[in-house]
Amino acid sequence: MSRTRILETVDEAVAGVEDGSTVLVGGFGMAGMPFGLIDGLIRQGAGDLTVVSNNAGNGEVGLAALLKAGRVRKVICSFPRQSDSYVFDELYRAGKIELEVVPQGNLAERMRAAGAGIGAFYCPTGVGTPLAEGKETRTIDGRVHVLEYPIKGDVALVSAHRADTMGNLVFHRTARNFGPVIATAATTTIVQVGEVVAAGDLDPEAVVTPGIYVDRVVRVEQRRYTVEGAR
Amino acid sequence: MALTTDELAAVVARDIPAGSYVNLGIGRPTKVADHLPGGSGIVLHTENGMLNMGPAATGDQIDPDLTNAGKVPVTELPGASYFHHADSFAMMRGGHLDVCVLGAFQVSATGDLANWSTGAPGAIPAVGGAMDLAIGAKQVFVMMTLFDKGGRSKLVAECTYPLTGVGCVSRIYTDVAVIDVGPDGALVRETFGITLDELSDRVPVPLKSV
Repeated sequence: MSRTRILETVDEAVAGVEDGSTVLVGGFGMAGMPFGLIDGLIRQGAGDLTVVSNNAGNGEVGLAALLKAGRVRKVICSFPRQSDSYVFDELYRAGKIELEVVPQGNLAERMRAAGAGIGAFYCPTGVGTPLAEGKETRTIDGRVHVLEYPIKGDVALVSAHRADTMGNLVFHRTARNFGPVIATAATTTIVQVGEVVAAGDLDPEAVVTPGIYVDRVVRVEQRRYTVEGAR
Repeated sequence: MALTTDELAAVVARDIPAGSYVNLGIGRPTKVADHLPGGSGIVLHTENGMLNMGPAATGDQIDPDLTNAGKVPVTELPGASYFHHADSFAMMRGGHLDVCVLGAFQVSATGDLANWSTGAPGAIPAVGGAMDLAIGAKQVFVMMTLFDKGGRSKLVAECTYPLTGVGCVSRIYTDVAVIDVGPDGALVRETFGITLDELSDRVPVPLKSV
């Protein structure tokens, strides 16, 4: 037995998320978005959330549904504006939601740093741009770098392909995206999967996220969507 | 004659060395993939976590779990690999990609790039991976029309739009000319349907020619 708990229902999986939490949400557009866990979080009722995710929701499902339910105070993301991000767009234009835009690689690396116990790191991305204004810089090997701090979550919501009862995870194609990174960066990591298998049934060489990062697992019927108007 | 987008994509594809690892930005640069010669061994990287990406998916091939950076369903080629976002951007930032092709609003003669925001009031800022790509790849090519709809040159002495990266572009591929940019200024390599004199009249930076 491991520390990872395999739960029967989504409601048990998302229990205890507190108002004001920072929630790391997996997915790139719709791929890897934990739709079941987000629906559970909407039922659970936590509000005043800071959401960290690559995008700011598509259509009216997943992250967009959480925004539409009025539970999110602030979004930290790299790319809010998309062909079907009208829920976010309206909230933003009405001044009902805060936005912090972070370059995509910095978003990933800042969460990786949080999960890896790195206090901060110097990175050349964004030097000389408005997104680096006011940040500490240092010249290393003749190149200017910007000091970037970790982004840590209270909760991470991840969608993976399959888990074993130890909480080891494998993913499917590009739906992997932020999942393995955010799984390391939160106090409580909650994972929805399409299938839970016995310990020993995943090839240990092929495990992407080791169970040490995973607190709760729930099996859900995985829903998949393509992004409308993507080009 | 000025080049069409497809003709321009073919010119960019021609200049990508065999065996390169390449990232194609969303929009116009995506078309370069259609013109890469078979057997060139060029491997496409997509920032959402894949190497050896194949063409757009159709019909039964469509899997919502397999998309490119523009969220369009794509396919995998034999020898493809998947990885998470921190690895994907480490590949980029760590200088492992040979070529990146991006779109742009403006490029300066010294290679500054502006391609993420026009700074217009009310616009929702969105940067995605542009800033990471701009400083990461060994060579950054820009593919764009040289003039905007009002006829103004997008090759400028200094960008007026918010920057994506400083001194990061090495070459611009446009419908009327291919121009190297960088510390030594703008150097015209090739023109399409325009003379160097006409080009010099319409572009607000000194142009040298190879």
